[in-house]
Amino acid sequence: MSHAKSHTALIWKVFAFLSLVTIVEVFLGIVKPAALNLTQVLGTSILNWIFLILTLVKAYGIAWYFMHLKDEKTWFRRAIVWPVVFLIGYLAFFLLYEGDALGIIVQEWTSWSYS
Amino acid sequence: MEAIVADSPKGGAWSGGGSQPFGSSYGKMMMWFFIMSDALTFSGFLGAYGLIRFKFLDSWPIADEVFTHIPFVHGDYPMYYVAFMTFILIFSSVTMVLAVDAGKHMQKGKVIVYMGLTIIGGLIFLGSQAWEWKTFIAGTYGAVQLEDGKIVQFVNGSGQQVSLESFASHTPTDRVQHKKENGLWFVSEASVPAVTLQQVKEGFAQNSDISLKTELINLETKEKTIVSREEANKFLDKATRVVQGANLTENEYGKTLFADFFFFITGFHGFHVFSGILINIIIFFNVIIGTYERRGHYEMVEKVGLYWHFVDLVWVFVFTFFYLI
Repeated sequence: MSHAKSHTALIWKVFAFLSLVTIVEVFLGIVKPAALNLTQVLGTSILNWIFLILTLVKAYGIAWYFMHLKDEKTWFRRAIVWPVVFLIGYLAFFLLYEGDALGIIVQEWTSWSYS
Repeated sequence: MEAIVADSPKGGAWSGGGSQPFGSSYGKMMMWFFIMSDALTFSGFLGAYGLIRFKFLDSWPIADEVFTHIPFVHGDYPMYYVAFMTFILIFSSVTMVLAVDAGKHMQKGKVIVYMGLTIIGGLIFLGSQAWEWKTFIAGTYGAVQLEDGKIVQFVNGSGQQVSLESFASHTPTDRVQHKKENGLWFVSEASVPAVTLQQVKEGFAQNSDISLKTELINLETKEKTIVSREEANKFLDKATRVVQGANLTENEYGKTLFADFFFFITGFHGFHVFSGILINIIIFFNVIIGTYERRGHYEMVEKVGLYWHFVDLVWVFVFTFFYLI
C-alpha cells in the first residue's frame, strides 16, 4: 500500500473500542448477572451468546483495522475470510453437535451417588 | 529465469511480469495463507475442546473457581489477571500497528520505538502466562480423587472451599516417597504429599462442619453440588488418592481433560507468542541496521505485524472459551 495517509488516529480509536469491549466482557464475567447467566437461549445461556458475539466483534476489529483487511482488494479479502468462516463454522457445528450427543450418553451412564 | 526475491514488491517471486495478483506482494499473500492454515489448526483444537466440554456439560470445571489468583495478592479474584494479560496483548498489537504505520512513512526512529514496545509487551504476556501455569500447576486447596476418576473438593459450613491441610488429622504416617527403585519402575513422585488420604479421611470424620463438593453442576443455578455428610462418607469410601494442583494426568479442580486442553491450547498459543517475539526481535535489529531503509520499504514489518496480530486474535478466542464461557 503506497498511499501515505497516516492511520494513527483510527488506530487509537480501534484500541479504545477493543478495550471497551474487553472491559464489558470482564465485567460481565465477574458479575455474571443471573438473568443473563441462567436463561437458556438456543442451547446455551444469553451470557455465553453475548461473550461469543463480543468476541467476534473484537476479531473483526483486529482483522479489519490492525491487519488492514479493510484496505485489501475486495476479492483478496474474500479469499481469506470466506474459506476461514465457512470451514470453521462447518467444523464447529459438527464437533459441538457430536459433543452434545456424547454428553447425552455420558450423562445417562454416570452415577453421582454411591451406595 | 529470474532469481526468486521474496522481498521485492515488484514481481520477482511472481515469476517476472511484474504483475501482482490482488495488488498484494508474494510475501504478504503467503503470510495470509499461512495465517489461514494456522487459524484452522487453532479452530481444530478449540473445536475439540468444545466437543469435550459439551460432552461433560454437567461436570466441567468452572473457570472462576480455577483461576482466582493475582501475583502478590492473597484472596479470591477471578478474571482480573487474565484481563490484564488480554490488555497487554491488545496493547502490543496497537504498538505493532503503529510501527507498521510509521514504516509506511519511512520513519525509522518511530518504527524502532514501536517495535521495541511490541517486544516488551510480548515478553510481559509470556511471563504472565508462565505465572498462570505455575499457579495452576501448584494448585490451591487440594482434592481427593475417587476410583472412577471423579474429583471431590472440601467445603466448610458456608460452602467455601477449604484446603486439605486445614482439616486433615496429624496422625503419623509411614508413607515414603515413591521412587522408581521402591515401587513401580515406571512411576515416581517428586516429594511425599503433604497429607495422605488416611489423614484426610480422619480429619473429615473429626470435623463435622466439613462437607463435600462434587463436580456435578446444578444446571439451574450453575453451581457445583454440595452433598450431605451422610452422602459424603459414601463418596469418601471410594476415594483412592489425594490430588494437589494440576498436570496432564490429574487436576484438583475437576476433569483432567480440562488441564490437558488448558496446557495444550494455551501452550500452543504461548509458543506462537514466543516465536512471534523471536521474529520481532530479528526484524527489530534489521530495522536498526537500516536494512529496510536501503530496501526502500518496510513491508517486512507489515508481514511480521500480520503474524503478531494473528497471535492476538487467537488469544481473544482462547480468553473467551477458557475464561468467560
